[in-house]
Amino acid sequence: MLNAVDKKLLEEVAGLHEIPQGAYNIRKNGEGISRNTTANINIVTKKDKPGIDVIIKPGTKNESVHIPVIMSKEGLTDVVYNTFEIGEDSDVVIVAGCGIHNSGDGRAQHDGIHEFFVRRGAKMKYVEKHYGEGSGRGEKVLNPKTVIEVEAGGVAELEMVQIKGVDRTVRDTEVVLHENARLIVTERLLTYMEQTAESIITVELKGEDSSAQIISRSVAQNDSKQVFHLNLRGHAKCRGHIQCDSIIMDNAHVSSIPEISALHSDAQLIHEAAIGKIASDQLVKLMTLGLTEKEAEDTVLKGFLN
Amino acid sequence: MLRMINVGVAFEGDSGNKEVLKDINLTLENNKIYVMTGPNGGGKSSIAKAIMGIYPTSGRIMLDDTDISEMGITERARQGIGYAFQMPARFKGLKVRDLLRLASGGEKIDECQLLYDVGLCAQDYLNREINATFSGGELKRIEIASILARRLKVALFDEPEAGIDLWSFQRLTETFEALHRKYDTTIVIISHQERILRLADEVILISDGTVSGRTSHEEFLNQISEMDSNCLCKSDCIKGGAANAECSR
Repeated sequence: MLNAVDKKLLEEVAGLHEIPQGAYNIRKNGEGISRNTTANINIVTKKDKPGIDVIIKPGTKNESVHIPVIMSKEGLTDVVYNTFEIGEDSDVVIVAGCGIHNSGDGRAQHDGIHEFFVRRGAKMKYVEKHYGEGSGRGEKVLNPKTVIEVEAGGVAELEMVQIKGVDRTVRDTEVVLHENARLIVTERLLTYMEQTAESIITVELKGEDSSAQIISRSVAQNDSKQVFHLNLRGHAKCRGHIQCDSIIMDNAHVSSIPEISALHSDAQLIHEAAIGKIASDQLVKLMTLGLTEKEAEDTVLKGFLN
Repeated sequence: MLRMINVGVAFEGDSGNKEVLKDINLTLENNKIYVMTGPNGGGKSSIAKAIMGIYPTSGRIMLDDTDISEMGITERARQGIGYAFQMPARFKGLKVRDLLRLASGGEKIDECQLLYDVGLCAQDYLNREINATFSGGELKRIEIASILARRLKVALFDEPEAGIDLWSFQRLTETFEALHRKYDTTIVIISHQERILRLADEVILISDGTVSGRTSHEEFLNQISEMDSNCLCKSDCIKGGAANAECSR
């Protein structure tokens, strides 16, 4: 059922060489094509709209769910609604991601709307990789919307990576944190040619002693454009820290628009944002080790986005 | 062997052309340690940067029989010149191990030994990113290790002792001695430290953008202590005072 293009896409977005172990659901060109459930993880097709419910039993430990999406058709707009129920005290890894191969001139678009309920004391790591390829003029568009609610004592760790081939993206992430809940977000973004990317992350720190850490690193090359709206709102005694670092090159544009709002006198919120070229002392140092200027530049970017 | 022939460095400034180095003529031989010393702003780092190709120069620079004057930084590095910066760069995302491997250029290296040679524990450092969490002294030692990872014809160290604690300092001087014993490298150290000066086969005095003297370390240190003993107002003098310090006023 999987051809060579599909396998390449799966490897890029999910690090998979073959069908994964454990629970998975593979979606191709707007349809589910392959699924596996386990004793602790159930996957059910939604009845009212396209998408799935992933239900993880309380106490499930060290299990993973892969839900990659691959698209190899042009002129297709795929909208999917997925809901994740992460049971109390479980500890799981969810690997999502979307790979588009578009060799035609029509647009291929995937809008994934993901909703997560991380129940009390549960720990979830969510990895999402976006990747596009194909020689046609057709645009590859990915607009993920991620809504997460973390209950008391829960932990959500998000790793969101988009470093190749996606022409347009608007990523919208909304998180609500309850008492003692923790959020860690690492975002990596690279745009080139005429690509555009917008990332909006809004975190509501509602519960006492909740905490959020967002580390966003991006590289904007050629004529690409990036906009970041990273927003923390502290409603209680809480801690939040945003680090937003961008390397700008060529004729790219980058806007970093911070917003931190304290709605409680014990809210401690920090926003750090920096945009700049690759520091020349880094390039010179690597060149003194025998690298060419181009190799030095690639080494710095690779490290930065790693 | 490295030869600088009538080398000059000039920069365009607000008030016209400023000559940073003029008429530098130096021959630096293999298997010798040279310590360059002299007042701040005298041109020591500029000489190192001129040799490395970081500053554009007039005149000629020869490495053995090769004229490297027109070569860029990368080419000079590949010819076997290395420079440990006075203020090393930090790299978000690049680990100590990555930097040492890049420095070695694919040659097999003993990363643990390299870090040991600069007084660092490999286990604590190899997987650390060279970012803002590094102290100035740690950064300097990683920088020196990145030079030791290479087999060089000419190794330039710009104030290697700056920011390094007393305990590690001893280790560092031993490392320079070992490098000198084992390899044929021309070692040039920019320093004001007496213990580094004592390593020198020759002390080169740089001031006002020129070479103002070449001497042995014995003679150089004798001159300093003579100046000290002749001084009548040590406690108020910024020139003399104790052997290695600007005096406390």
